[in-house]
Amino acid sequence: MSDIAAPKLVHAPALRRALAGTPWRRFVILAGFALTWELYACWLDNALLLPTLGATLSALWSAVLSGELPNRAATSLRVLITGYALGVAIAAVLTTLAALSRWGNEALGLLTSMFNPLPAIALLPIALLWFGVGTPSLIFVIVHSVLWPVALACYSGFLAVPPTLRMAGRNLGLSGGRFVAEILVPAAFPQILSGLRIGWAFAWRTLIAAELVFGVSARSGGIGWFIYTSRAQLETASVFAGLLTVILIGLVVEGVIFRSLTRITVQRWGQVQT
Amino acid sequence: MNVAPRLTGLVGDMTAPALLELDHVSISYPTPDGILTAVEDVSFKIAAGERLVLLGPSGCGKSTLLRAVGGFLKPSAGELRMNGRRIGAPGPDRMTVFQEFDQLLPWRTVLGNVRYALERGKSLPRRDAEGIARRWLERVGLKNFVDAFPHTLSGGMKQRVAIARAFALEPALLLMDEPFAALDALTRRQMQDELLKLCEETGNTALFVTHGIDEAIRVGTRILALTPHPGRLAATFDVPPEVRVRGSSGFGELERRIQETVFSAAGIDHV
Ligand SMILES: Nc1ncnc2c1ncn2[C@@H]1O[C@H](COP(=O)(O)OP(=O)(O)OP(=O)(O)O)[C@@H](O)[C@H]1O
Ligand SMILES: [Mg+2]
Repeated sequence: MSDIAAPKLVHAPALRRALAGTPWRRFVILAGFALTWELYACWLDNALLLPTLGATLSALWSAVLSGELPNRAATSLRVLITGYALGVAIAAVLTTLAALSRWGNEALGLLTSMFNPLPAIALLPIALLWFGVGTPSLIFVIVHSVLWPVALACYSGFLAVPPTLRMAGRNLGLSGGRFVAEILVPAAFPQILSGLRIGWAFAWRTLIAAELVFGVSARSGGIGWFIYTSRAQLETASVFAGLLTVILIGLVVEGVIFRSLTRITVQRWGQVQT
Repeated sequence: MNVAPRLTGLVGDMTAPALLELDHVSISYPTPDGILTAVEDVSFKIAAGERLVLLGPSGCGKSTLLRAVGGFLKPSAGELRMNGRRIGAPGPDRMTVFQEFDQLLPWRTVLGNVRYALERGKSLPRRDAEGIARRWLERVGLKNFVDAFPHTLSGGMKQRVAIARAFALEPALLLMDEPFAALDALTRRQMQDELLKLCEETGNTALFVTHGIDEAIRVGTRILALTPHPGRLAATFDVPPEVRVRGSSGFGELERRIQETVFSAAGIDHV
């Protein structure tokens, strides 16, 4: 049978290629934002309400050098990652059951519609009753904040898998866990990925909020505790430094981890536009 | 109006062992407004080596029948048997080529798709699977695209991959549901010719669904015509090899005969 010839490619101009690979627009926007902040803070001239960007950065720098902020951040991240991993694992089990059985399906539908609208932080009082003040309570609320959005995203992703693709998988004799793992999960990966992103953001919010609430009594608090104590001591620049740390960690996770995950999976597979 | 008598024993050679046997099969779909009978009381047999074409206008239940043979649907009455055993779950002994282009796994390359099918469907070790996959992709003319992801291929090329994947698993029965319906006329013709060649070379038994009379004559050894609402068998036509040549007098004549008996009987102007 005659071979179909490979398509011929030409190179795009060098400058366009160099620019296409960098998020240069983001840097421009970021620089504009920083400039606005700095100018407004100077004009306001009230370090208690809004410190300048320079003051915030120097507070951040000294908190990093003293080792306090890295310690706090590490504490927060440890709790965060534990809760996140646990939440995602439970979501995986639940959605697998839901994909394989009617009962699991109904159960997941009911549970997500019950618990998804419930703010995780609202469970903190119960968590404190059950687990006391400390890491287990934090993990409990983080799991709650991650589990439902991730499960919902996975499940609606599964539902959106084209019937032809399902049949193509079952045609090979796949069923059960293998069908879920090797057909449904990769096919629903765009939705799963956005669920993981949302879960990550929810986990952060919940963690910081929870730390602010019972930071008062936890001795080795995380970033939320750092923000709380800084505010109590009227060190607004440090409050902003704490917030900036949360944002920076978020940016790194989004820009490095999720972005590369997107690039090597759904973008490469043509499931989302570049 | 029924042109042909109700046909149950449609197989010409009754002594040949039936690879597939449909025994008074009816299939219905539950819908919000009640039960819709898509296929009613259909019986036929396929002997090994045959290429049977189910031909009929849109909505006459061709895909429904094919899905039941594939094991994706259960009949509401009657029985489907393969080598004498009732058809249960889907399996790689009945590899299906679907009409839709999204039947390839988008997260695997062209080679990966065929190799994965061999690994799972035939439990082959990766190395053997890869060799077979490469040979089949070469046979369908995709040597230059083994490492491409499906979304970078044209529709015709995707169907080639699906065909390579189906043939590679050496199914006892190859199922094809209008695999070329979404292609342009020129590509469709070329693909029909290439498919015919592959079928003749491998001697694979096939059940092929189409609504194109010319396509049915081109690829089939026997044609079963269906009428719609609900889908029933209307007539059967044997296609001798000399008729299969496009432009031959026999081809045109058979085309006319099918046109008259089937589509005019159903009150449908079919071009
Ligand atoms: N999932 C379904 N639910 C309800 N009714 C269905 C379903 N699939 C098909 N039908 C109905 O069953 C009948 C036969 O459909 P089928 O898809 O088998 O036709 P077809 O011969 O393959 O048509 P086409 O040539 O358009 O593909 C149609 O009337 C259709 O409306
Ligand atoms: Mg159809």
